[in-house]
Amino acid sequence: MKTFARLFDRLDRTTATNAKIEALIDYFRSADPGDAAWAVSFLTGRRIKRLVNTRELREWAAAASGLPLWLVEDSYEHVGDLAETLHLLLPPADTGSPAPGLASMVNDHLLALRAADDDQRRRAVLEMWRRLDGSERFLFNKLLTGGFRVGVSKRLVTRALAEVAGVDSSLIAHRLMGRWQPTASFFGGLVAPQSDDDIDPAVPYPFFLAAPLEDEPETLGEPGAWQAEWKWDGIRAQLIRRAGQTYVWSRGEELMNGRFPEIEAAAEQLPDGCVLDGEIMAWRADKPLPFALLQRRIGRKKPGPKTLADAPVAFLAYDCLESDGQDIRTQPLAMRLRQLDLALAAAPDLRRSGAIDFQDWAELPALRASARERGVEGLMLKHLDSPYRVGRKRGDWWKWKVEPYTFDGVLIYAQPGHGRRSGLFTDYTFAVHDGEALVPVAKAYSGLSQAEIDRLDRWIRSHTRERFGPVRSVEPVHVFELAFEGIAASRRHKSGIALRFPRIHRWREDLSVADADSLADLQRLLEHEPA
Amino acid sequence: MSQDLLQPDAGGLYCAAGDFWIDPLRPVPRAVITHAHADHARSGAGAYFAAREGLPVLAHRVGASGNFTAVDYAQPFALGQTRVTLFPAGHILGSATVRIESEAGTWGVSGDFKRAPDPTCAGFEPFACDVWLSECTFGLPVYRWPPTAEVIDDILEWWQGCREAGRPAVLFCYALGKAQRVLAELDTRATGPAWLHGAMQPLTEVYRRQGIKMIATRPVSEADKGYRFAGDLVMAPPSAAGSPWMRRFPKHSAGFVSGWMRIRGHRRRRGYDRGFVLSDHADWPALVETAQDMRAGRVITIHGSGEALAGHLRESGLAADCWNLRASLQADRPA
Repeated sequence: MKTFARLFDRLDRTTATNAKIEALIDYFRSADPGDAAWAVSFLTGRRIKRLVNTRELREWAAAASGLPLWLVEDSYEHVGDLAETLHLLLPPADTGSPAPGLASMVNDHLLALRAADDDQRRRAVLEMWRRLDGSERFLFNKLLTGGFRVGVSKRLVTRALAEVAGVDSSLIAHRLMGRWQPTASFFGGLVAPQSDDDIDPAVPYPFFLAAPLEDEPETLGEPGAWQAEWKWDGIRAQLIRRAGQTYVWSRGEELMNGRFPEIEAAAEQLPDGCVLDGEIMAWRADKPLPFALLQRRIGRKKPGPKTLADAPVAFLAYDCLESDGQDIRTQPLAMRLRQLDLALAAAPDLRRSGAIDFQDWAELPALRASARERGVEGLMLKHLDSPYRVGRKRGDWWKWKVEPYTFDGVLIYAQPGHGRRSGLFTDYTFAVHDGEALVPVAKAYSGLSQAEIDRLDRWIRSHTRERFGPVRSVEPVHVFELAFEGIAASRRHKSGIALRFPRIHRWREDLSVADADSLADLQRLLEHEPA
Repeated sequence: MSQDLLQPDAGGLYCAAGDFWIDPLRPVPRAVITHAHADHARSGAGAYFAAREGLPVLAHRVGASGNFTAVDYAQPFALGQTRVTLFPAGHILGSATVRIESEAGTWGVSGDFKRAPDPTCAGFEPFACDVWLSECTFGLPVYRWPPTAEVIDDILEWWQGCREAGRPAVLFCYALGKAQRVLAELDTRATGPAWLHGAMQPLTEVYRRQGIKMIATRPVSEADKGYRFAGDLVMAPPSAAGSPWMRRFPKHSAGFVSGWMRIRGHRRRRGYDRGFVLSDHADWPALVETAQDMRAGRVITIHGSGEALAGHLRESGLAADCWNLRASLQADRPA
């Protein structure tokens, strides 16, 4: 725990990427492999299931620090991070008994809480709070509460591990895919030199992600060198057929086997040693269905016959990463697409996401503008010579999304944010007119500059009308233009509509509340969405 | 008590019995000023009363042409129907708390104060009063200051690290008070010079003229063109962060000295590499302890988020409430 805390301090005390990588390399070279395995697990965003509920933690911390519970709650609202709040409130540690190593902390102390009864859990946590101080106690609380964001991306961890192992970082990314247990032997394999058979058949390849196209497509050069495809509004997925088994992985590296039986059945016809990249879509009779239908499938681990009939899905393949057991990611896209056609010829129940025919860049804006009525998100532009890269790399694959919808909404509620926005009112609720009333339609967190956030925060503090816990209602004065990607009817929302991915476009200080949009304006957009 | 001795007014407090204001933000005929920070001292008052040690800085801030009366600590003087005494607040050089004795009882008013020792100013002196108006900038129990010596150790260690890496160590802090306190703490422990941003230079000179011992300093403007400040300590106000001025310090590491640095999120959203928890305000334990030391039956929290402290003091049996002095600025603004 001590070496891990030292690593955390080094990472936390710099904003420079190189200094962070250096700190990670030093740690991975010197740490116990069992500890390092857990460090990789946490730093790449894996979490252990919450072991203690936060209500209990607050109560125990209140008792241990001699404070009333409401003062702990007020403090949490101010700090915006529960692990940190508890750490700051607790009395200084009785130093003397050193903290266990990270692996021992997780295995012998944290995971052991799962089997313990309430009283044992309370005593175990209080005991650790007494033993640990400084960053160790903060990190212990972080592990206890589940979340672990410390300003290090998975990409940085991957680069540092690649340096330690002396292999390419795409191989590390591959080794980090799929399911693994954070053990000393896993860490040993992670930093081992390259070998022929170090990848398990179930392990997916890292996904290649397109970057948003900010300029006009003309800037990409010769149109003949590019392929245009529809950008599907589904779940990006990798379909693996190896050793007689099928694996369906989401881009979030979740194994989705069992959820989409029609896709697994279709994949059985694929030749062995074949890996496809594509999109899982709600789909019926050659047409995409709204994303809301797909959402019904996402939550179902074992869908019943009614769900399968109401929300049918299809796999739309657009790339082939492995053919005949060979990794073909370095081949140009045009070659891979030929392998894709061969594979799909054997598996007719999987669909091909085809190329869009175009001769000239000038044809694309109209196609993009038609995206919404076609039920797609926009266009993908891929260079025909492009290899299948790892992660988000600019240059070869671009996504050119349709312009978002926008509306003008009134700020009515605000709530403090978390992490680097802790203590600032940054979580906003916006409303539109509904007759005489204002009805909330969207929550948004992003889109304002730091200067605007600061200014709005001060305004909210001095114009609060009511408080509901951490939420404040404010005078309806400020109007914001909000962008969103889609709209669906919803019975769960008071407004009767649900917006997808709302975010703030700009602060419309030129508008007054009377100028904001109405619910009827938004309802009209429902008609534009595919039914 | 039918009518309180003090009322929020003009962004500060008005005492009708003495016909004077404490720390008003708008021009008034007679102002008692606790210290020269901009949220307590503004130009335009008809007459200023302030602690003798604080006058040079106050004159620097509000203009030397003001009508100033120097007041000695612990020496009562009459204002209207009241007797007023200033006591050291321990906040910055020449900062004061105000005791007002009147027929309506004795009130104590803090501008800002701290209890931790500070080589640049006299330490806080508690006095008995019936009502204590306490600042509450850091009014939550998460604010608990580490010992100053530990923080100075951390600053020196960071500076040493920058020296070894050949990078400028840019330390941000408030130009009045905090900067001089850090320079004074460093005096016996490091060799200078430390470079100063233009906003800190004159104030630091004022401190030196009053006999405050600090590490040697030089204005950044005196450095040779193209000098890269490798391994040097540079002090600057927070407003300089992100400004073009910062281009003079390539590859610098940025630290910020403030009580707010107790919270990780506060540091991260400003993009500082290091936060050093050193404040010129009382932390939570000191706020609670001071409320007891003043032996007041009633506490009113001002300047900051006072609701939590007021609630906590009420639970411990005191009468306590929270006044918003800023609101008094808006109230008499034409609607």
